[in-house]
Amino acid sequence: MERRDFLKVSGIGLGMLLAPAYGRAIAAEELVTRIDVALKKRLADTAMTAARADGASYCDVRIGRYLRQFLMTREDKVQNVVNTESTGIGIRVIANGTWGFAATSDLGADAVARAARQAVQIAKANSKLTTQPVRLAPVKGVGEVSWATPVIKNALEVPIKEKIERLLEVNAAALAAGASFVNSTLFQINEQKYFASTDGSYIDQDIHRIWAPIQVSAIDKASGKFRRRDGLGAPMGMGYEYLDGRKEDKIALPGGVTGYINSYDMLEDAVAAAKQAQEKLKAPSVKPGKYDLVLDPSHLLLTIHESVGHPLELDRVLGYEANYAGTSFATLDKWKSKDFRYASDKVTIVADRTQKHSLGAVGYDDEGVSAQRWDLIKDGILVNYQVIRDQAHILGLDHSQGCCYADSWSSVQFQRMANVSLEPGKQRLTPAEMVAAVDNGIYIVGRGSYSIDQQRYNAQFGGQLFYEIKDGKITRMIEDVAYQIRTPEFWNACSAICDERDYRIGGTFFDGKGQPGQVSAVSHGASTARFDGINVINTARSLG
Amino acid sequence: MSIYSEQDAKAILDKVIKLSKADECTATLSGSVDGNIRYALNAVSTSGIVSDAELGVQVAFGKRVGTATINEFDDKSLEKVVRRAEELAKLAPENPEFVPAIGKQTYAKSKTWFEKTAAITPEYRASVAADSIGPSKAAKCVAAGFLSDSARFSAIANSNGNFAYQTSTNVDFTCTVRTEDGTGSGWVARNLADIEQFNAKDEIKVAVQKATASRDAKALEPGKYTVIMEPAASAGLISFMMFGFDARQADEGRSFLSKKGGGNKLGEKMFDERVTIYADPVDPVAAVLPWDNEGQARERTPVITKGKVEYMQYSRYWAKLKEKKASGQPGNLIMVGGDKSTMDLVKSTKKGILVTRTWYIRMVDPQTVLLTGLTRDGTFYIENGEIKYPIKNFRFNESPVIMLNNIEEIGKPVRVGDDESPFVMMIPPLKIRDFTFTSLSDAV
Repeated sequence: MERRDFLKVSGIGLGMLLAPAYGRAIAAEELVTRIDVALKKRLADTAMTAARADGASYCDVRIGRYLRQFLMTREDKVQNVVNTESTGIGIRVIANGTWGFAATSDLGADAVARAARQAVQIAKANSKLTTQPVRLAPVKGVGEVSWATPVIKNALEVPIKEKIERLLEVNAAALAAGASFVNSTLFQINEQKYFASTDGSYIDQDIHRIWAPIQVSAIDKASGKFRRRDGLGAPMGMGYEYLDGRKEDKIALPGGVTGYINSYDMLEDAVAAAKQAQEKLKAPSVKPGKYDLVLDPSHLLLTIHESVGHPLELDRVLGYEANYAGTSFATLDKWKSKDFRYASDKVTIVADRTQKHSLGAVGYDDEGVSAQRWDLIKDGILVNYQVIRDQAHILGLDHSQGCCYADSWSSVQFQRMANVSLEPGKQRLTPAEMVAAVDNGIYIVGRGSYSIDQQRYNAQFGGQLFYEIKDGKITRMIEDVAYQIRTPEFWNACSAICDERDYRIGGTFFDGKGQPGQVSAVSHGASTARFDGINVINTARSLG
Repeated sequence: MSIYSEQDAKAILDKVIKLSKADECTATLSGSVDGNIRYALNAVSTSGIVSDAELGVQVAFGKRVGTATINEFDDKSLEKVVRRAEELAKLAPENPEFVPAIGKQTYAKSKTWFEKTAAITPEYRASVAADSIGPSKAAKCVAAGFLSDSARFSAIANSNGNFAYQTSTNVDFTCTVRTEDGTGSGWVARNLADIEQFNAKDEIKVAVQKATASRDAKALEPGKYTVIMEPAASAGLISFMMFGFDARQADEGRSFLSKKGGGNKLGEKMFDERVTIYADPVDPVAAVLPWDNEGQARERTPVITKGKVEYMQYSRYWAKLKEKKASGQPGNLIMVGGDKSTMDLVKSTKKGILVTRTWYIRMVDPQTVLLTGLTRDGTFYIENGEIKYPIKNFRFNESPVIMLNNIEEIGKPVRVGDDESPFVMMIPPLKIRDFTFTSLSDAV
């Protein structure tokens, strides 16, 4: 479930703490320091020794330092500069065939050993209600290794002043282009994660993510109408270089829209957003009915996320998420039949934790399994799910696919979505050529509203920009568009996919799952794709 | 141990305020012990306890503000966090929207602490799981549920002499019960401050009954229907609407409460005259802390009275600019109702649909607060005052503003929680006419 706003931006939860700060501050400098690896290894060994001594048959330890910086601006003002740090240790054990978990922010050896013993105690207490002991797929210990997101420029090392000036410049450009209001934000995340397990792994990882969302509003005071156009940049597993806005990363799209590949021109997009937000105020309302939809990757990412990524999480399929996120229509019998047609034969969808620049890219997951890539849907047929170590045996697999993640040292790791992406088409095809072949359609760019049922059948999606297509040509911008789908019918209506030249990654920072809720960041790549005969509704209403 | 006494909390905050050399200093200290148990497939999946405490310090030199936090409270750490906030403030640009720290406030005492809730043990949590799983198994059903409980203390102080301390407890329980064959699903939810008001065995009966009664659902055509919304079903829509009550947003022209030509709709009748919603920190069932995030005292505040908008949320900056009185922002929402239960509303319904739960509610158009979402875990067709048969779930596209204009009948409010809402709510079951369902869902 995609969180509806930045509910979990900081774990602080105190309103007063979202207050402005600035400059090359001490706290910002501390964002680039690190905990010594030798110390982390010593603490991990302390925890594992204590857990084993109390009867654990398995133990893994995650020592995490989670650093976040959020810069928030509106128009000519800095609203917030927030630096947060969260450091601690989470210890997971198996005792009597049952999981137990405990965490502490105290990194003293005694506290760590105490937490390890507490985890064993919890496991033993819960084992009374256990019906099936945990079965872990084997993982070979990798010894002492490290992995880092290949960033060119660590965003946390860039002076805050420089970053703020850039955001204020973006805002000024949007206002100059006629925007009524503009917000621009820069999120920077660094997860320094150390994992150790009784399988013999000591893995030190340094993960970086960046996201620069903008919201540009246009208001017509006379009519009382307002419209917003959000930025088309993506959250990425990259450094500050993502904001370079390189020419070779821009792609000219139908309707005069610019798409962004591996870097983002925030200023240019803000200017376009200001103009398009004003155009939206005057755009005619869509006539509801069946249309052929041409969906840009900046839009399609969320449709893939909701209608493919989530239903193919094995824990949901099995019922572990039934109380909150729900179950899945993509049941094991469909997979076992080996001929369940999830999508048309043009569609191959892969899960990939190795994808460069993606949010889900890691060297190893949060139970020490190396990153992998595998097919979920092959030529339209459901072929696989996403699993972690204690689920692999259910699919008859002898290994985990490396989908385990916890959003904090204090959260229990569990199965989370890998990057799930649509493979580009094999025939040469550009978005312009795709539009040219559509008689009665709508071209949709950017992510808008989204909602899907608890088994992932019925979904509704909006977007940022909607263009009417008549007889192969874009005729005008339209508004009030949302389409409703039933997942298998929608994916079976996919009749064309542009080639790899159009392939772009989008993603989300705030995919929510679990109780207590955890967020995770995940990417979805795609080229522009066409879906025939999709039901479009008109969302305009009147309050009288 | 994260629940500090008032004396201990005050001693820490006093030290912080004294340490600060800035023009003003505000500090908050809070801590909690959170426990939970989660179960699925009729077995416990995870359970845990997290104990944490945090001190936040905000200082200002003129209009320059700095903030820092720490979770250690020895003298050296207190000195460190104050100096860090001060150094940040000195480096900060002037904030044109700076408003000085609040003056000394008078706070009401609300009953937010219940000893029995704070004393919940791992064994009690396990018994709630067992009391959910046992009856579910017996009825050939599968339970998946979550119980979370918390005990918390919150303390605030500033250099104007303001100080407050209060403890609070909360329990949230949800359980989804599905038939073994996956053709039926039911749900029950309780949100409370006092665990003594909770009995898992009683609650689970509702979910098991709905699961077994919702098997083999029939499909109805999407369209406009009279609906009976159980309190938890409409809470998500009503609380979503509250985002539009921000005065600045409305004055800027980007809320459903914006007025054509400028300004906001404060004082205008926007809803059916039977709609009255207020906030009250000392409500006996839905008590909340008597101060908001900025430390302003919360008072009983009419939000909507007989359909008229009586409240817009002014930040202290916006209030000053617009020459309005800034007041504490509500922590709860209490909708006034009558005495009828959900089933009483069903009895008076000729044709309609009973909605147990709504799911994945998202904004489609903020201009009209058009929301989309789905029904889930117990949707039934009503005819001549009786539940006739289960029906397939629907997707709705409806605005709570329109919904609260199409009221037929209002029942007795009950306390509900919503994981996506910042409010503790008292919401009655509602009978609404012409509620818009736009498509069918095959999801069970």
